[in-house]
Amino acid sequence: MTSTAPKPSGGLPVRLLVVVLVAVVLDALASLQIARASLGWLPVPASTAAPYVDGLFQVEVGIGAFIFLGCTGFILWAVIFNRAEKYDESDGLPIEGNPKLEITWTLIPFVLVMVLAYQAIHVSETLAALGPKEKYDLESGSSPTTVERPDVRQSYGPIQVLARQWNWEFVYPNGVRSSELHLPIDQRANFQLSSEDVIHGFYVPAFRLKQDIIPGSVISYSITPTREGRYRLRDSHFSGAYFSQNQTDVVVQSADAFQAWLDQAARSPLVPGLSQATGLYADRLAKGDKGWATVKPAPPPMVNDPGTPDAPHEA
Amino acid sequence: MTSTNYDPRVLKALHPVPGAPDNWKRFFTFNTDAKVIGIQYIALALFFLLVGGLLAMVMRGELITPPADLVDPTVYNGLYTMHGTVMLFLFLFPILNGFNNLLIPTMIGAPDMAFPKVNAAAFWLVPVFGVVLMASFFVPGGPASSGWWSYPPVSIQNPLGHFINGQFLWILAVALSGVSSIMGAINFVTTIIRMRAPGMGFFRMPVFVWTAWAAQTLQLVGLPALTGGAIMLLFDLSFGTSFFRPEGGGDPVLYQHFFWFYSHPAVYVMVLPVFGIFSELITVYSRKPLFGYKFVALASFVITFLGLIVWVHHMFYSGTPQWMRNIFIVTTMLIAVPTGVKVFAWLGTLWGGKIRLTTPMLFVLGGLVNFILGGITGIMLGTAPVDIHVGNTYFVVAHFHYVIFNTIGFGIFAGIYHWFPKFTGRMYYEGLGKVHFLLTFIGATLNWLPLHWAGLYGMPRRVASYDPEFAIWNVIASIGAFMVGVAAIPFILNIVSSWARGAKAPPNPWNAIGLEWLLPSPPPAENFEDDVPTVISGPYGYGLGQPLVEDEEYYVRRALEA
Repeated sequence: MTSTAPKPSGGLPVRLLVVVLVAVVLDALASLQIARASLGWLPVPASTAAPYVDGLFQVEVGIGAFIFLGCTGFILWAVIFNRAEKYDESDGLPIEGNPKLEITWTLIPFVLVMVLAYQAIHVSETLAALGPKEKYDLESGSSPTTVERPDVRQSYGPIQVLARQWNWEFVYPNGVRSSELHLPIDQRANFQLSSEDVIHGFYVPAFRLKQDIIPGSVISYSITPTREGRYRLRDSHFSGAYFSQNQTDVVVQSADAFQAWLDQAARSPLVPGLSQATGLYADRLAKGDKGWATVKPAPPPMVNDPGTPDAPHEA
Repeated sequence: MTSTNYDPRVLKALHPVPGAPDNWKRFFTFNTDAKVIGIQYIALALFFLLVGGLLAMVMRGELITPPADLVDPTVYNGLYTMHGTVMLFLFLFPILNGFNNLLIPTMIGAPDMAFPKVNAAAFWLVPVFGVVLMASFFVPGGPASSGWWSYPPVSIQNPLGHFINGQFLWILAVALSGVSSIMGAINFVTTIIRMRAPGMGFFRMPVFVWTAWAAQTLQLVGLPALTGGAIMLLFDLSFGTSFFRPEGGGDPVLYQHFFWFYSHPAVYVMVLPVFGIFSELITVYSRKPLFGYKFVALASFVITFLGLIVWVHHMFYSGTPQWMRNIFIVTTMLIAVPTGVKVFAWLGTLWGGKIRLTTPMLFVLGGLVNFILGGITGIMLGTAPVDIHVGNTYFVVAHFHYVIFNTIGFGIFAGIYHWFPKFTGRMYYEGLGKVHFLLTFIGATLNWLPLHWAGLYGMPRRVASYDPEFAIWNVIASIGAFMVGVAAIPFILNIVSSWARGAKAPPNPWNAIGLEWLLPSPPPAENFEDDVPTVISGPYGYGLGQPLVEDEEYYVRRALEA
């Protein structure tokens, strides 16, 4: 059966080429603007890891915006210019494919995603070098004492991070206990993350880092804060009834201010620490224990510094 | 080739179940006609869409303000767990099996499924586990409330200590759902391989059949892992074993591997048939052959294969070692390639077409735009460093709702409208359909687009309360969600009134190519009965001027006279 439609072969018309070229340039310019704006969509960067994560994110937003705008623009173009007239029952161009084009649009995305994967692995390994991480199984008896690697950067710790349903407790090498996490700026802080009950997530958006805390193991973990300020530390892994209340603050201070806080805290008596769930659970009991089942919140930890939960945080 | 390549004995049965009623009552019986079962699946799934949607409305009501003030946090946790579970196991899987039942036999010219009784049994398991799951709202302590992942140890805490508790019923329901899905999968795969009409080689099958085949293969490979994990979880919860219990030496992370080995591919089980629907509809409503049909067809199985080796990208921050992260970054990135092939093929099909913006085509184009966005955010989540920041935040919630509702949901609505005349014999109302599309598209965009920013800024998912800086995104999202809820009204109105009193549908109202369109609307119980057409060309011959089957005029006339 012969077709009356024009053959697609025989060279693309110049007008079409110009339109495509203009579209690609506009798409690229718009994507560049979006990629520039995308850093503003993230909290302030406050750790050595943050610039790497943000850089990768920005590249991905740029490429993603280019593809999204390109495809959506193409669809809109087709919908506007290739609409059938109301009583037009005829068929479109009977093009069944174009092997060269199909191979091209298989290969280009392949190369693109492999470059992205390479970039992601590279950043991932950079992050691992910035903040080494090891998981130790409590059962097998291995211990996390060998965490500190020789490194030029000054480091601090280890700080014990204890996660519970639903409060956080931080224990410093000198024995100080705190409900808020105080860290000296520009020093690598080493942590030992452990959970007494279920899986929790150690997540500070300003640091761009997140680590699940697995009961039954201790995870040694490190972060280097680079910006003074008060940031939110959120439990990122669903941990039961009062999960959303399991948040506290991280306070990044100058080395002197940090030392002053540590000395001050060491002299302070132990008081009940921050535990929003305790109050909410008491309210629930006062109202007749309505709602669905929950385990009892762990009692508030006894700490030297219960913190100032109402202080405004930056991110 | 004139003989059929399936057992001719299946044609002997004059009625699916001798003595079964031939009116509306048949939808409430153990009927073995795939078309009855298909409608049973779809109707029941739409009922559960309303249930799951209602739970979502309460959730968005809670989240419209920062504190947990509308319901107790424990209730919120139960609601979000049940919302996810109902939507996946009682809406999406069943409704797609409904499409499989309606479309696979009619598209390949088979009289019914390979195992009609297994097929009916697979359907009737759905209301059974639906009742089990709904019953969990009424047991002491309330329903499961550890998320649809049910990660231990939080899922095995069992605060009240009862043997029959919400989590117990949840595991039971999920296990039954797995049994039902496997029964369905065996049936669909066998039917596709063994019961195609004469002349219908694999490369003459419609893409929907390819995608259903690829998806059901995934079910067969992946489901045993989830079922095994669920059984171990049940033992930990109810019989004191320690598969995942750290204090007994178990490893909670092991469960995550069992869970995601199936549950990531599960997304492809749901999205692949929707890719099939996109391929069927874009060709009809652009009046063009599918651009690069063979590439699109084969890409389905590439997705199946790659889909099985990406699961650890859900666990980048669970304490996975670096080498494992690197492998799964690469596999996750690779899956963009076959998916991209499909997207570009659809764009190529639109180009130079005669596009008709009917309700189903609007849902397809809206779903396609949404899918491109959801795919791009998926790539971002596949790169571990970005995932470590946005994982377990609202960015993920926004991403997967863009895939699960804004793509799969849209594809399902498109499919319902497109094949409604074929299987009910009635035309739907185009105006109400367009109202449904507009409300859904605007509502869904308002609902999920802003939540990307909430997540980027650090709002964890699954929270019943949040810090005030996230309020603006959540207010917009709640307004959008309520719009999506309101959009159900024109949809239900359209479906119910069209079916009751819509105009009678001709056999082929869209002038589409495909074996199902050579059948009367609605098709008789055994489809082509003993007069199965011989297929002589590929599935999307728009503008090519070739007939699809031998003696096409005869089948067209027969369908008109029926």
